[in-house]
Amino acid sequence: MRIGDAKQSYAADEALWTSTTQQVWFGLLLLSLLLFPFFASPYLLYLACLVGIAVISATGLNILTGFTGLISLGQAGFMGVGGYTVAWLSLHTSLPFPIALLAAGLLSAAIGMVIGLPSLRIKGLYLAIATLAASVFLHFVFVEWASVTGGMAGLSLRSAQLFGLTFHNDFRMYFMIMPLAVLMLLAARNIFRTRIGRAFIAIRDRDISAEILGIPLLRYKLLSFALSSFYAGVAGGLFAYFYRVVTPESFPLSMSIFYLAAIIVGGMGSILGGVLGAIFMTLVPEGLKLLTTAITPIYPQAPVFMSPLLGVVFGVLIVGFLIFEPNGLAEVWRRIRRFFHLWPFRT
Amino acid sequence: MDWLFFAEVSLAGLATGGLYALIALGFVIIYKATRVINFAIGEIMMFAAYLFLSFAGGMQLPPLIALPLAVLGGTILGGVVEKVMIRPMLGESPISVVMVTIGLASILVGMAEIIWTADPQLLPEFLPRDPVFLGEIYLAPKIAYGFLIGATVLVLYLLYFRFSRGGVALRATASDQAAAYSMGINVRRVFNLAWVFGSLAASLAGILVSATGGLSPQSGAIGLSVLVIVIVGGLDSILGALIAGLFVGWLETVAGAFFGGEYRMLATFSVLALILIIRPYGLFGTHEIERL
Repeated sequence: MRIGDAKQSYAADEALWTSTTQQVWFGLLLLSLLLFPFFASPYLLYLACLVGIAVISATGLNILTGFTGLISLGQAGFMGVGGYTVAWLSLHTSLPFPIALLAAGLLSAAIGMVIGLPSLRIKGLYLAIATLAASVFLHFVFVEWASVTGGMAGLSLRSAQLFGLTFHNDFRMYFMIMPLAVLMLLAARNIFRTRIGRAFIAIRDRDISAEILGIPLLRYKLLSFALSSFYAGVAGGLFAYFYRVVTPESFPLSMSIFYLAAIIVGGMGSILGGVLGAIFMTLVPEGLKLLTTAITPIYPQAPVFMSPLLGVVFGVLIVGFLIFEPNGLAEVWRRIRRFFHLWPFRT
Repeated sequence: MDWLFFAEVSLAGLATGGLYALIALGFVIIYKATRVINFAIGEIMMFAAYLFLSFAGGMQLPPLIALPLAVLGGTILGGVVEKVMIRPMLGESPISVVMVTIGLASILVGMAEIIWTADPQLLPEFLPRDPVFLGEIYLAPKIAYGFLIGATVLVLYLLYFRFSRGGVALRATASDQAAAYSMGINVRRVFNLAWVFGSLAASLAGILVSATGGLSPQSGAIGLSVLVIVIVGGLDSILGALIAGLFVGWLETVAGAFFGGEYRMLATFSVLALILIIRPYGLFGTHEIERL
């Protein structure tokens, strides 16, 4: 049992790691992430890349929806902007990937700010529907601006490059995605130790009160949109590099809903929650696939029901978590931790 | 420009808009009474239409029996959903409640695919088939009769809300929940009633819409158009739902006929964006003043 959680300075109170144990565990996690691709099967490696991309995007949406309280149904659209930027840059220039990804993030952030402009006047669900409208417009642009986006056929791009190194397989992509994911997660975690992050949380809790406290609402709401879309843009860029093709159908509305579901299942307003949710929601379909292949010998019709069943499971997860565990997986995690902290006593 | 063609397209659009207005009415009833934005309304429509398909096509029941049965099925679905999913969410943030309805939509689509397969299907014919002419203007019979049925039900609804006990209870709850409760109105029952009535309107509209456009598990996407309508009209305004329903139906059809199918969504969502900028609470919605 761990006792004595008394903190004596503000710095200690808002430190990322409050104990050496935590630092050791985090170090071990990083080490296992580093060694993972050398032992993992290609399938696991592929999944790890998908999870990495999902984690970045979910964290971005969590900044906007979980921490600032602005609901967005436009995440897929922002990812699309990032994806198309990367694809276009890859076809027309030979920039190394960090610059292309940065450009994707920045362009996405700029568009996010434009879309966030109405957020001062409208909020809640009206804002959600405004972002939905924005994603409809973006989809229209992806389809119709054929000279840049390639229309319905989309764009195929070359592998990512850096210093003559090409990232053409999952093994190398992993070393591009995972460090970025870790970096962006640390950045997100740190934002909420600063004035900006605290302002976001104040706005979420009550925006009028926040304004009275001296937080310029428009500036911070736009900043939140910009940050969130930056994450989405980078995730979209990685998505494009990973699949090496982008079409308007790569970023459907259901993707926006997927990320909302991920942060709800994981836990809104918690970085850990976004991560857990993204991992969980990416792995659920794969688990279901494994299950169907296991059942198929007994019940040959199983694969037919795979995709509709996925929809049902997806819906049940959202509804179930909202009703029974509104704080998501992050809360479950906290409960497990508390159990071990207090052991042998119980709460 | 061919004026006759324009008139025909406009009329067809207005008739479709009448059905949209019916769906939007279902949406507004639920919102007014319970403050829940129901993203699953399109899926409830789709589900009721599939029930009709099963009753009229699979079990060979005559349409006059199958139609009420299917509507009843959709209505029961609405009532059960309220009891099982929406009631536990009472007092939660609006995001959570909306996400519950999105989850519900996903469940319904998946179930429809499991039960009725993902292939698009046609409903059996149940409306008269002789062409309808208004002067020179031709109107497809399905659309015309669908509009007639829809409009009749709409008027019945409005009369019900105006004059019946249940309707008054519903309006009282909508205008002030606490006051309604202290005056002896059973607010829980009103919530359930709102979902029942909303789903009833949606189910009927779903069958009529699918009779013209065909049916697939993805038919629920029509819910997006309805969303536009209720935002344009104002979430809590029945009058707004009617006017915006007609307008959006007309705009969609005209934009689709003159510019091509890909412009339908663009046109309606442009109107939506414009309304959100000029009048964020919709044309006829209540402008809520926030107080600390």
